[in-house]
Amino acid sequence: MVESIESWIALLLVGVMLSAALVALLSRSHLVAVVSVSVLSLGLTLLFVLLKAPDVAMTEGVVGAGLSSLILALALSRLGLLRSTKAGATDE
Amino acid sequence: MMEMVLYAGAVGLLVIGIAGLVLSHHLFRQVLALVIAEAGANLLLLLAGYRFGGEAPIWSEGSFPSVMVDPVPQAMVLTAIVIGVGIQALAIALLIRVRQQTGTLDREQAVIEMREALDQELGRFSTAPKPRSQYAPKGERPLYPVVEEGQDAR
Repeated sequence: MVESIESWIALLLVGVMLSAALVALLSRSHLVAVVSVSVLSLGLTLLFVLLKAPDVAMTEGVVGAGLSSLILALALSRLGLLRSTKAGATDE
Repeated sequence: MMEMVLYAGAVGLLVIGIAGLVLSHHLFRQVLALVIAEAGANLLLLLAGYRFGGEAPIWSEGSFPSVMVDPVPQAMVLTAIVIGVGIQALAIALLIRVRQQTGTLDREQAVIEMREALDQELGRFSTAPKPRSQYAPKGERPLYPVVEEGQDAR
């Protein structure tokens, strides 16, 4: 069983990304959800580097992880969701 | 092993995103689920052009790599990432308008508020009584009478 270290890194990143996706949809706080989506984008960036696509990784890092997280964080404050932890509005 | 793990991750992200899109009751969570599904779709599209043992598709003078990964899906994914952020910004703008109009971000509550607002708008032009409930009207729903030419309801 000859496994390179890239396989283990890929396994770790996929695990982190799937758990971040689950946390983003199941957590009660919206801020935690936005941070989880940013973590997912960063994991996707590292996975793109591993998949021999450095240009896509650069774009994902700048646009996907940077700009998208900025938009979502600004939307949090604009939509008034920063301190909202009411039950009923945040299930699933 | 690596191929299976990557495909499982991409399909898993897609499935989690679509499930969240369908099942969540909060509109902001739906936008987040859309972002997750988009990440999974990008990964799946990039994996379609991946060749194991390949080099990055960058040609440098003197060393031409014998096995390269396919650069065409990479260009597609590059475009899809940017378009995805645009869609996300549009969705956030629509969410802000929905919250301004209805005062809520819950999906079903927003639909109810919008229907009531529409009924009030229509009720101004008609003399028909307003149906009690939009989801379970008693009997057949009455058609709103057509406004005659002579009498402008406005």
